[in-house]
Formats: sequence, structure tokens, C-alpha cells
Amino acid sequence: MIELKYRKKLNFSSSTAFLEVDQKILKQEFLILYGKSGSGKTSFLKILAGLMDPDEGKIISEGKSWFDKNQNIKVSPQKRNIGFVFQDYALFPNMSVKQNVEFAHDTKDSVFLNEVFEVCGIKGLLNRKPDTLSGGQKQRTALARAIVKKPSILILDEPLSALDQETRLSLQDELVRIHKKFELTTIMVSHDLSEIAKLGHRVLVLDEGKIKEEGDPITVFSKGKVSGKVKFVGEIIHIKKEDIIFVLTIASGNNIVKVVATEEDIKSLGVGDKVMVASKAFNPIIVKI
Amino acid sequence: MNEYLITLLLTVKLAILTTIILLIIGIPIAYFLASSSSRFKPVIHSLISLPLVLPPTVIGYYLLVSFSPDSWLGGFLEKHLGFYLAFTFEGMLVGSIIYSLPFMIQPLESGLRSLPSSLKEASYTLGKTKWQTLYKVLLPSIKPSILSATILTFAHTLGEFGIVLMIGGSIPGETKVASIAIFNEVEALNYASANTYSLILFTFSFIILLGIYLINNRQHKLF
Repeated sequence: MIELKYRKKLNFSSSTAFLEVDQKILKQEFLILYGKSGSGKTSFLKILAGLMDPDEGKIISEGKSWFDKNQNIKVSPQKRNIGFVFQDYALFPNMSVKQNVEFAHDTKDSVFLNEVFEVCGIKGLLNRKPDTLSGGQKQRTALARAIVKKPSILILDEPLSALDQETRLSLQDELVRIHKKFELTTIMVSHDLSEIAKLGHRVLVLDEGKIKEEGDPITVFSKGKVSGKVKFVGEIIHIKKEDIIFVLTIASGNNIVKVVATEEDIKSLGVGDKVMVASKAFNPIIVKI
Repeated sequence: MNEYLITLLLTVKLAILTTIILLIIGIPIAYFLASSSSRFKPVIHSLISLPLVLPPTVIGYYLLVSFSPDSWLGGFLEKHLGFYLAFTFEGMLVGSIIYSLPFMIQPLESGLRSLPSSLKEASYTLGKTKWQTLYKVLLPSIKPSILSATILTFAHTLGEFGIVLMIGGSIPGETKVASIAIFNEVEALNYASANTYSLILFTFSFIILLGIYLINNRQHKLF
């Protein structure tokens, strides 16, 4: 378990705010951070990794103090045994895929190394340089590099946001597998509601440094108001008025879905909003495909 | 040995030694400047950049005064280390190093600055120390900057005149480098000789720069 209780002043372009965290992250939990840019998500990750220091407070991991302002304790990022996947991948441009992964690997345990290559699906890319890789391939390499030194905590800063839908879905499945296989405590930033619902055990919603909501993803995003039997999350891409009702076109994963809405519903909705659609499925049509 | 050859070899020796020593001391300084947020950074920046704006003779003069055995520094060096810096090759080397410092530091610093901080952070989270990160990740990622810093420093030292004249004088085989030889020959109305030195220096510098730009071009295509 990791206990975090700290404050950190964050400077934004127009204002300053305090990132205030009082959280316990359970072992092998898959925790998601959600929030607008500038809400403190990346700072949360960097403070956990030791790349940034809080102004006051403490961080305790498995009973060991990683940071304590009062006692002047600070464990360096090198000693925290954390795997970090950066938003821009941060692959070393001078090294091949293999060298990038081996750079993190001290023991030369080639069986394990091969297993990681296999699990991350980069076996065919080992001699390529990062510049020649696609976004998904870079992400797999970054993931392999982060897990190869057997960290106890895996941190992912918006790892899938730059990828196309198909690559994204397959990497989501891989993340679930890796999380289970290596028994990792995983903390990930994501903006994609279907991704959060699929991967996360728990989600923290950050807003200007404060944790506004937390809980399991479906409860948090449906705000406990509905108990529909069929639900999905997506983004409104089009709103059209037809007679007295409105037709919303919603993109959810690979699918485009049209749903009807009343004028009352529309009042708080606009194109680009993330929504959850739920329906009591009394009479569903189910077709095997 | 032919006097031309002696002078030219001395010139190249000075340029090579200056470049090597500056690479060794320049990398840690550039790394410090690129990564630190110290309050004293503007002061250090200004000191390093001084040779860009001051006439070389000013620096040469101050160095000559401080190298003289009568001064505190010159006296100390002579007494404890047996080093004479005024009118010696070593003195000229020290002068060249100080004078070419900005040409080494600035390309290295801007190269290091241009790297995303996530590279450094990724290396730290992989358990690597600051020095391992610098030598295995950061420096190999700024090869073109290292190359241009090296070339600029080398070429700049080849062409240096004022500072080496002030500190070195013009002792054949010891401190008489090509740029000074050219000046001497012109003063003695020995145009043919001045022409030989000039042509060699011109061709040599051109070939070096051409080589660098060709290599750099290829490197950019690789990326």
C-alpha cells in the first residue's frame, strides 16, 4: 500500500493552485487519474516517482518512507523501483529498441528479457531505432522498458492518447494482461471514459489540484443517478433537431451511435461533451456475430 | 625543420589541445548551465560570454599581467608548480581555452536544453545516476551539437590572433602560430611568405568546415 498525504503549490500560466492529496493506493490496484489539463495529474505522477517534491507532507510505500518533509527524508527516483511510461514515450533516440529495454535491465536475465519482448509484442522490432517506429510500437517499447526491471508500481501518463482507436484497444488489453501477470500497482492518466471504465478499479477526478470525486469508474461517471442495464460512454459529435426531439450522434470506441434526447436533456449538452448513455433494456435485440 | 612546417604544426597542436581540454571541462559546465536554476547562473553566463564582446587584446592584457611572475597568480604558479605562463606555449594554451570557452559551451548548452526533460527523467526512473544519464543518454542524443562545438572551437583557435600575440609573443617553435606569422611577414613586407601561410590556413579551414557540414548533413538525414 502507498500512503500519500501532501501539498504542493502548482504554478499555472494564469494562477496558482495547491495540489492536495490524501490517498491510499492499494497493492495491485489499477488507479486512474482523470481531469482537465492543468489539474495536477502529471504532478501527482511525478511526485510519486520522486521527480518532483511536495512542499509539505509525506509519502509512505509498503511501510517505507519515500518522502517526509519534517524528517527531511527523500528517496531518489532511482531507488523507488517504479516503472514510468511518459506521454512522449521518452525513448532514447541513440539506442535501438533492444538497447532501450536492456538499458533498464541489470541482471542480464535473458529468459525474462525475452518474455517481456514477447508480452509487449516488440520481438520483430528489436534492431529498429525509435524514429522509425509507429506510435503504437513506441508505446510498446516504452512499456517494455518500464516493466523490465520488475517495478512494483507502474505509472502511465496518458499512454494511449496519441494512438488510433484500433491500436488503443489492443494496448488496453495488453495493459490488463501486464497488470495481472506482473502483479503491478498501476496508476494511469486517461481522458477516455470507455478506457477508464474498462481498465480502472478506481478513478480519482482532479480539478485544480483537488480530488473532486473518487470511486469505481461507472459510479463516478454516472454519479449514481441511473441503474440502467445497458450503458456506454462516448463523446457527442453531432446534435440535430428533428421535429420535437433531438438526435445525438455519439462516438463510443469504434462505434457511432444515434440516440434521441429531449429539449430538456440538450440544455446541458454540447458537441464534444463526454457522456454516458444508459437505457433500461427491456426488449433488446441480441445477435451473435 | 622547415619554418612553415614548425609554425603550422604548432598552430594545429594549440588548436587540438585547446579543443580537447575544452571538451573535458565544457561538458560539465554546459550540463550545469542547462539543468540548474541557480541564482548565479546569469553571472556565470556573462563571464563565459565575455570573450565574445571584449577585444581579444583586453583579455590578453589581463592574462599577461596575471601570468607575470610579479603578480599573485604568476608568482604562485612559478613558485609552487614551476609553471611559467607568460610568453610560453602553456600560457598561450590557457589563453586560448578562456577565449574559446563560449564557442564550446553555447552549442553544448543549447543542445542539452533542446532535449525533452522526460529523457532525463526516464533514465532516473530506470535507476541510472546523473552521470550515467549524461554519458549514455544525453550526450549521445546531441551528437550534432557536440560536433559543431568541437569544430567551432577548433576553427576559432586556429584563427586566434590578439590573445596569443599578447600572451605568447612570437617565439618560433614555442608561441609563433600561423596567424602571428602572417602578421610578421606582412610587417616585413614579405608578401610571398604571408601568402603561403594565408593560403594554407584558408584551405585547411575550408576543408575542416566542409567536412563538418557534410557529416552533419548526413546525420540529419539519418534522423
